[in-house]
Amino acid sequence: MAKKYLAYIRKEIVPEQPAPIASKGIVGWARQNLFSSISNTIMTLAGMAFLLWILPPLYNFIFGNAVWPGEGVTVEDCRAKGAGACWAYIDSRMTFFIYGFFPKDAYWVTQEGFIASIMTYWRVNAVFAVGTLLLVPLMWPGLPHKVLNAILFFVVYPVFVFFMLTGGVFGLEEVPTIKWGGLTVTLIIGLVGIVVSLPLGIVLALGRQSKMPIVKGMSIMFIEVWRAVPLITVLFMASVMLPLFMPVGMTIDKLLRALVGVSLFSAAYMAEVVRGGLQALPKGQFEAAASLGLNYWKSMSFIILPQALKHVIPGIVNSFIALFKDTSLVAIVGIFDLLRAVQISNLNLDWGSKNQAITGYIFAAVVFWAFCFSMSRYSIMMEKRLDTGHRN
Amino acid sequence: MADLKRSQKSAPKPSFINDPKVRGLFYQFVVMAVVIAFVYVVAKNTAANLAAQNKSTGFDFFFQASGFDIFFTLIPYDRASYYWEAFVVGMLNTLLVSVIGIFLAAILGFILGIARLSNNWIIAKLAMVYVEILRNVPLLLQLFLWYTVLLKTLPGVKNSLEWFGAFVLNNRGLYIPKPMPDATFNWVIITFLIAVAGAFALKYWAKKRLEQTGNRFPVFWSSIGLLVGLPAIVWLVSGANLAFEMPTLQGFNYKGGLSLPSEFMALLLGLVLYTAAFIAEIVRSGIAAVDKGQTEAAQSLGLKDGDRLRLVIIPQAMRVIIPPLTSQFLNLTKNSSLAAAIGYPDLVSVFMLTTLNQTGRAVEIVFITMMVYLILSLVTSAFMNWYNARVAMVER
Repeated sequence: MAKKYLAYIRKEIVPEQPAPIASKGIVGWARQNLFSSISNTIMTLAGMAFLLWILPPLYNFIFGNAVWPGEGVTVEDCRAKGAGACWAYIDSRMTFFIYGFFPKDAYWVTQEGFIASIMTYWRVNAVFAVGTLLLVPLMWPGLPHKVLNAILFFVVYPVFVFFMLTGGVFGLEEVPTIKWGGLTVTLIIGLVGIVVSLPLGIVLALGRQSKMPIVKGMSIMFIEVWRAVPLITVLFMASVMLPLFMPVGMTIDKLLRALVGVSLFSAAYMAEVVRGGLQALPKGQFEAAASLGLNYWKSMSFIILPQALKHVIPGIVNSFIALFKDTSLVAIVGIFDLLRAVQISNLNLDWGSKNQAITGYIFAAVVFWAFCFSMSRYSIMMEKRLDTGHRN
Repeated sequence: MADLKRSQKSAPKPSFINDPKVRGLFYQFVVMAVVIAFVYVVAKNTAANLAAQNKSTGFDFFFQASGFDIFFTLIPYDRASYYWEAFVVGMLNTLLVSVIGIFLAAILGFILGIARLSNNWIIAKLAMVYVEILRNVPLLLQLFLWYTVLLKTLPGVKNSLEWFGAFVLNNRGLYIPKPMPDATFNWVIITFLIAVAGAFALKYWAKKRLEQTGNRFPVFWSSIGLLVGLPAIVWLVSGANLAFEMPTLQGFNYKGGLSLPSEFMALLLGLVLYTAAFIAEIVRSGIAAVDKGQTEAAQSLGLKDGDRLRLVIIPQAMRVIIPPLTSQFLNLTKNSSLAAAIGYPDLVSVFMLTTLNQTGRAVEIVFITMMVYLILSLVTSAFMNWYNARVAMVER
């Protein structure tokens, strides 16, 4: 009986081999994500063909053949055959797009340089600057004093904006709202919309959850009617019928009419978002508040709403995005927002060329997109932060 | 001991002022009084204002001649027609663009939503870029952009793009052949309707048979055969004639055929592309909401890929998808009112702009327009609630 010997015993560990070239790096990634099967390969090729079809003309229009602002660039360059987007036109109308017909400061308009160009519209720019200073810490999750900050932004700041822009006090020149325009008005409508619609929405949501049938019925009616009709009809109603509702002889500012329409409209949507938060709260919270002997308003403001609102911050931001996009509709009832400013400028013959209107709209689209996209990213970030992982 | 007994008998009665019921009644009374007072003041002011402006009120204007033309109508209409006819024209135009828009947006949205979940990197990213761009730009702006692009990039009437001599596209719109059925062709249409009913019956029968015997019946292909074959046989046998009226260039414009003006095309394009972006997100989250275990369970039952999607994944995803999808359909219908901005004669444009300007009956017209949208919303959500209840999870 022969002894069995293992023919070979490995004494040292085999050095690690690199992964096959087909399964690592860019090749492996491509094989896995682009060419994993026949249908996948066909889709990849179709996608690439689509990109090849759409990207070069798009690039040429927006960058390659575009006319950029600079020394000696005139409208003739934009009218030239094969010219792309006319960015020089946007550049020349930029202050109009941002400030509309807001009067320039008498002293600074005569000065030159960067500081003078900011100070020419210092009242509007101050509004922008203070707004940014208040908004950034409010949205920054880790920073303290949120309540004080919120009060400053939602209560004090609108008052500041009002006096800063309308003037007539502290020696500021009075500016009628007709002269406001451009991005300023778009942002103001957005701001007023959120400042009014959030508290109103909370009240309506509480009303809808109320046990009192009349209060509940009226809240439901208000919410459902506003949500069922298009904003444009609401704006028309505001601009045509609000003057009729006032006592005889009293007029109501055109911008104010639009503001009322937008605010009521978005309050109905806000109410549904807040209701979602209220309904998501476990019943135990309501019972706990009641067993502590708190009355309705105390239990709402100390126990229920802080939790409910925190839950729906992403929803609130989302409905604010919708509100911000909807502000563009005021252009139809003759308010001078960013879109209307672009539309008016597009008719300006000084820069009259084939691509003038398209360039203007693309510029407005990029501005709106930048605002809305950053808000939606913020909403997603907050959703992740607020998701504590324990759900009931 | 006696005290304890008494307290068990009846709860301590709060004083009259602190009784929640009394308080509730009081608050509701106050709310009611405020609302009534508000409505009263508004109504009084409105009446006074209208009287001061010497404006008449009432709905009698409906039976006056409108005196304005509408360039795109589904029913016969001219400037001698009544205002109520203008109202119907506007409403039909709104319904037309909404129905076609909902149909196309749903298809595009589902394709994009599934594309976002694709394993293919390029397809998934393309869908993502589409969604992120389209839904973050105001619809009104997109409408202006499409309208401008259509007007500026499409050729003029003289250089129109033509396909097969039947389809014509230029910056005034799209012209397609108009079917001109003769009298006997009605039988073909009736047969088609019968075939539709037959297809539903077939589906019902096939499901019953599947439940009883486990045998499958190729419902899809046999339905297609039924829908195409039956009318085709009747068409051939009856000798019905279906002629097409082709668009032809006459003078400075195309005449004949069905014309879809650029305003309609731009509105439809804008509505479909914008709403599809939202529907894509709804579809994506709906499919993602189906538990992974469901896929694995379906695989372990030995279902084929197609059956797994059709019988297990999609029915469950639909429960999540339907409610927000409903509100997107409603949104599209409401957004079709932006037609007024680019001059497509929808309800708002015809009724709330032109008619209001001409008659000055602001209160009546705004009220009617809002009621139309309100009723449209209520009907749609009633239908969708019914459908939703039908597909809702039947839990043990």
